[in-house]
Order: sequence, then structure tokens, then C-alpha cells
Amino acid sequence: MTDTTPTEAGSTSLHTNDAAKARLKARYAAERRFKWMGAGAVALSGLFLVILLSTIVTQALPAFRMNYVTLPLDLSAEQVDMENLSATNFSGIVNDAIMGQFPSVEGRQEQRALRGLVSTGAPTLLRKALESGEVEAGDTRQVALPLDDFSDLYLKGLVAKDGGREALAAAPQIVATDGAAEITFSDRSVVELAREAGAIEEDGVLRLTSGASSLLLQADGRIVKLLEVQAADGGATATGNVLLSDAPQVSDEAAIRIVETPESQRKFTDREIVWVDSLTAQGLTESRWNEIFLFSGASREPEMAGIWGAVVGSALTMLVTLALAFPIGVAAAIYLEEFAPKNRLTAIIEVNINNLAAVPSIVFGLLGLAVFINWFSFPRSAPLAGGFVLALMTLPTIIIASRAALRAVPPSIREAALGIGASKVQTVFHHVLPLAMPGILTGTIIGMAQALGETAPLLMIGMVAFIVDVPGGFTSPATVLPVQIFMWADFPEPAFQQKTSAAILILLGFLVLMNAIAVVLRKRFERRW
Amino acid sequence: MQKFILMTSAAAVAVAMSAGTAAARDQIRIVGSSTVFPFTTAVAERLGQSGQFQTPVVESTGTGGGMKLFCGGVGESHPDFTNASRPIKDGELEECKANGVTPIEIKVGFDGIVLSNSKGGEQVDLTKEQIFAALAKNVVVDGEVVANPHTNWSDIDEGLPNTKIEVLGPPPTSGTRDAFVELVMEEACPEAIEEADGCTEIREDGAFVEAGENDNLIVQKLEANADAYGIFGFSFLDQNADKLQGASIGGVEPTFDNIASGDYGVSRSLFIYAKKEHVGAIPGMEEFIKEYTSEAAWGPEGYLADKGLIPLPEADRTSQRDNAVALKGMGS
Repeated sequence: MTDTTPTEAGSTSLHTNDAAKARLKARYAAERRFKWMGAGAVALSGLFLVILLSTIVTQALPAFRMNYVTLPLDLSAEQVDMENLSATNFSGIVNDAIMGQFPSVEGRQEQRALRGLVSTGAPTLLRKALESGEVEAGDTRQVALPLDDFSDLYLKGLVAKDGGREALAAAPQIVATDGAAEITFSDRSVVELAREAGAIEEDGVLRLTSGASSLLLQADGRIVKLLEVQAADGGATATGNVLLSDAPQVSDEAAIRIVETPESQRKFTDREIVWVDSLTAQGLTESRWNEIFLFSGASREPEMAGIWGAVVGSALTMLVTLALAFPIGVAAAIYLEEFAPKNRLTAIIEVNINNLAAVPSIVFGLLGLAVFINWFSFPRSAPLAGGFVLALMTLPTIIIASRAALRAVPPSIREAALGIGASKVQTVFHHVLPLAMPGILTGTIIGMAQALGETAPLLMIGMVAFIVDVPGGFTSPATVLPVQIFMWADFPEPAFQQKTSAAILILLGFLVLMNAIAVVLRKRFERRW
Repeated sequence: MQKFILMTSAAAVAVAMSAGTAAARDQIRIVGSSTVFPFTTAVAERLGQSGQFQTPVVESTGTGGGMKLFCGGVGESHPDFTNASRPIKDGELEECKANGVTPIEIKVGFDGIVLSNSKGGEQVDLTKEQIFAALAKNVVVDGEVVANPHTNWSDIDEGLPNTKIEVLGPPPTSGTRDAFVELVMEEACPEAIEEADGCTEIREDGAFVEAGENDNLIVQKLEANADAYGIFGFSFLDQNADKLQGASIGGVEPTFDNIASGDYGVSRSLFIYAKKEHVGAIPGMEEFIKEYTSEAAWGPEGYLADKGLIPLPEADRTSQRDNAVALKGMGS
């Protein structure tokens, strides 16, 4: 190697021998690798974030809409006494209305199932609607009532997989006695359908057992669930159960509706499917924006459960936390940073504050239980107690961040203020603190966001409770968003899974809103200086 | 800036002052078992819907924690009811008495504990002995007590599926775990093991997985793994009938009717306890008891049955209701 090549324009390389060049190359390679790994890590975490959010959003979306059924309700004077609403049998009115849609349904079990299509919360909603004047009493009124959770899930397509509808070339003949039906088909297409549905074949008879999809024949104003199908001369015969014999909206054209999910694998029977389909065919069901979820308190019935109680609870708790932690935290930071003598005592305090910031939150819950509930006898489950506990938890974060922000203000500001004759207090409050405020607010946001998502300490002070009424003040029982999510995640009803995801979205929204407000505040303070 | 600080400190002072003025309570407070929680909340909601009373606040503290709060004393800072997934213990009753509390015991129904797997897996019929052999820490092989050697179900019985034993269940702190141990493990326990280390030890070599208290999580894990089994209350099997199937125990399937009739061997009683001293002082307590013990609630067709509570036999319902409505306290 005799010639040296410049590695960069205008400079001669110092790396003149091969070993040095190789080392340089290796260094550059390492740098590139590091850069790629860093980018990869960011991309990977971004990917996970996208997966997490998209799962939550897709899970949550169905919960923001809800299906209603419009029923003619008898609200005549005999039924409803506007003077004395509590004496009115609203359940009776709702039950009569839904039963009136299917007069042929008999038998206790069946009638009970039919009544179950409408939410158990419907009578209460009806009473409230009458009280508020939204619905007027008198004669028969068409009122939209929420459907039960499983009916709602079915209409959203989350209970049974729809296998479509096969039209039949010619209408079959149906002979029905006592709910059982003998059907004669003029062609054999039904045999093929039964095979596809997973019927078990024995001696030429296709049995649609519990593992097979449901075949629901609609013809002649009836809906029949097929049980056995057999090929016969030039056509086919079948037996089945009549699920509905006075279906008003069954089209004249005969068809077989296929429900792919077998009846044994869903908690929504063929009969219920037929009822809901019939209501839908009559245009009585309707999907609406789910106001109940957004604007009502908790409930044990998934379709009636709302987030509003928890939102208000969270807001009240956060208010208490902010009102306590912010002034105390900032005052403590100012004193420690600007006024306190630097001695062993302040050093100990400083170490302890730093340690407290790392203490698990449940410990603050235990402290709150012992001090606030047992000693000061604050009410259990109240935002007041919750706010105090969370304030304790947030204080160290705020103090540490505030001190850092104060320390970051250049000494020249202080010196200039003192130089023109300001007192120490004037220096701090007129000059240093406003400059440090953006940093302090950032620390406060971090602390508050942490507090907003906290569940563990609230467990100890009774905020993990079933509370239906929306809290009216700092001392009334309340729960908060993360706790509501925690409780919904534990309920067995499948409809609560969507509610859980939807509540998570609301919590995230709450968090974004809080941050936005804080950012705006921070920006305003920044502009003043 | 100063205004801001002034305002926030004023707010802090106002908040601190309001702490002292907790109003007299006109709302029922209930604590206790997480197993009974879903049922009691449903009743509480109905009471609230009637419009005469505020909806009671129901807190899930676990049976033991609930008893401690409940027996803590009389007065509005103490709860009015507690849920329990087992009868009150003698020690707890003594503590209650010492604090002037007379509990009214109401047995509200049964809860079946089921061993279930995904519909994609094989439905099995197990005996309590087989479950013990699968899950106990020590078992008897050839007359000797040894650490559980079974890895596959077929190691226990040729007729069982040749899959790895993997059971997801509740942690030791759970009432469901206590009941499972008492009703299955202790009953099927051979004498040799009873002498050696008692019958409550569950193996810790990975065949039994403590899946936490969240039963929905277990349901999801079972869906993902067809060979795994889960232990939880009947209501989760009932609500997830589309995904799960229950294993028969001793030839009896865990169905609503079988648990109600007592044929299914793994079920326990659920209770609520009312504080006699609070009746009359806290509005709505009698109405709450009446609502809970009404046929519309706890009967075979009642709304609690829809939530997964297995009703008591009719004679028991009548006697429990009579005692409850008459406010017959324990030991009085």
C-alpha cells in the first residue's frame, strides 16, 4: 500500500494502514448496526402498539351501537296512573307488548324466553321516559326499547354465523300437528343442504343432530326447524319442529335459512333467532348510537351497563388529587430547592422522597385505609378518600419533577432579581417559578396520568364496588374508570367483553384529553415569558 | 400565576373541610365474597329500580375480608350485609357477638364447581379419585406415598385421553379453590396421604397452573388450548356454553338440573348475612331481604338463575325465606 486515498472530501485520512482501515470499517459497521437495531426496536414497539390498539378498537366498536326494538305499548289510563307511577306494572306492559307480537307462543318456558328478548332494564327506562315527558301516556304508543344482550349480540353477528338463505324452487307441503311438522319437498335440494350442514346419515335418513348447523325452513307462514331429512320418490320428505306458526313477514317464496353455528354451541336458541329475525323483517329492530353505554351508571345487565358513573368518579377523584398534590408538591419543591438549608435533615428528606416515588402503589392504599378510613373515618368508596390516597402517591413524582424544573432555571435570573433589590420570596415567585412552570406542569401531568390509571390502592379503600348511581359529590360512593374495566373484565356475560374494550378506549380518551388540557396550559405559560 | 396557586390551595382546603361532614347513610352497603357478588349486585340493582331506595353499594372483598368488616361493629360506618361462599366460622361469629352484631343467616343457593375444557377437546367422565390422582402433590402408587408421577391423563386410567395433564385453576386465596379442595381432593384422599401430609396439597410441577382470580382469562386460555382444563364456577360454563363443555364427575354432568338436585357432587352453598341491628336504621334492608328471597329472584325461573345461581330445593327456599323475613338472628 503506497497510495493513500482521502476518505472525505477535503481531508486526508489519518488511517493509513490496513489494520486501521479495517478498524474504522468495523466501527462504522457497528454504528450502522446500532442505528438499525434502534430503528428496529422502535418499529417493533410501534407494531405492538398498533396490534394492541387495533385489537381493542375492533373489540370495542360493537359496544358503541345498540339494537332497539320498537313495540306498541299500551299506555292507556287503565295501565298507567301518571299521578302514581310507582304503582304501575311497567314489566307487565313491556311483557304484554312483546307477547302481543307472537300470540301463538305458548308454554311457560317459551313465553319466558320470549320476554327475555327485551332487556330487563326496559321497564325502568319506560318509567323514566314517562317521568321526563319523553313518552306521553295514553293509548298505544310505539316506543323503542333496548334488546337483551344476547339478542343484541345476535343482531351484531357475534352469536351465530349466518350461513345464508337457499330459495326452494317449489313450495313444500307442510302438515303440522302439535308443533311437529311433516314436510314433503318436490325436489332433492334439501338433501344436499342437510349433508352440507353436517347431518349424520343412517339408513338413508339424514339426522340433523346437535353438532349440525340449523336448517330453518320458511314456507306457508311457518318457520320449521328441520330434524330429519330423507330422499323420497322424485323429492324428499322431512320432519321438524314448528318454531313459529304465525310468522307475519315470512315471504311467500319458500326458503331455507341456514345458521351455521350449531344450536348447542351458542347461548341463543333457534327459536330466539326466529323471533328476532321476524321482528327485524317487520322493520321493528333498529341499531342506534349507544347512549346507555356512554351516559348511564353501572349495571349487572350488559346492555344496560354504562360508563358515566365511572367517568364522573374518575373526574371527582382526579380533582381531589390535583387540588391536594399540586399545591403541596410545588410548595414542598420550592421550599426544598430554594429556601431549605442544605443539611443532613434535608438530605434525609430528599432521599425519602426519591424512595417514596418507587414504593408500590398498593402500599399507599394500605396507608390510606389505616389513616383516612380507620382514623379520620372518611367514607369508604368515596372520591374523597380515593383522591387523598392518589395524592399521596403522586406527591413524590410532582416534587421531584418540580425540583428538577426549578433547578433548570439559570442562576442569572435569580442573581439579576436579587441584584435589583427583590427579596428572596419575590425572586422565587415572580421570576423563578413562572420560568419553571412548564416543567412543573409536565411533572404534574405524568403524576396525574399515573394516578388516573391506578387500581390497586383503590382496592383497599373500597372503590372496587358495584355502584349504580352516578356519584353526586366527593363523599358519595363512586368507582373510577380502571376499576370499572377491572370489574367488567371479570363478569361472565360475553357482552361485557366488548364493554371492557370500549371502557378502555374511553379511559385512553380521558387520558388524551387530560394531556391536551395540560399541554395547552403549559404552552400558555410558556408564551407569557 | 399567583391566582392559580391561590385557587388550587383554596380548593384543597375546601376538599379537606368537606371530609368532616359525611352525611347520614341512606344507602345499603354490602361487602364480601366475589362468588356471590354477581348475584347480590343483580338483586341490588332491582331494589334500586323499584325507585323507592337508592341502589345498594356492593363491594367485592372476599368472604374473609367481608366477615371482618361486617363483624366490626354496629353503626353507619359498618356494612349492613356480607356475602359469603361458606358458612360463617365460629371465630367470626364470636367476633360479631363481641362487637354487638347479630347476623341473620340466609342460604341463597348453590354454586357448582366445574372442570371444563374447550368444545374442541374430548369430553371426559372423571371420578374424584382420578382428579385427585391428576392434581395431588403426593399420590399412592403400589402402596407407597410418592410425588405425583402422572404426566398424561392416560397414566391414571387407560380410558382417559392420552394428553398432558394441564389444569388451570384459582390460587390458594380463592374461595373456589378452598371449596374444590374440600369437595374433591379431601373426599378422594387415600388414608396413607392423609397421614403423611394432609389432602390439601396440590402439585406444583406445572400440571396445575394457578391462573389468578379472573375466570374469563381461564376461559380464553381453554379456547386456545384444547387439551387444557379449567376449574371455575358454574356461571362461567353457563355463559360460555358456546365454547366450553363441562367434564362429568362420577358420571354426572355439571348441568343446572344436576347441580340443583344435588346429584352433581361438587357444589357448595352460598350465603348472605344481614346485620339485625341495622334493620330499621338503614332504609331498605327488609325490602332487600324480601327481594333476594322472592321466587322472582332466587326461584328456579328467577333472574338469579339466569346469572348462574343454582336455586335451593323448594322446601329450603321456604324455610330460609321464613327465617329471613322474620329477621331471625343467629344464636338468639
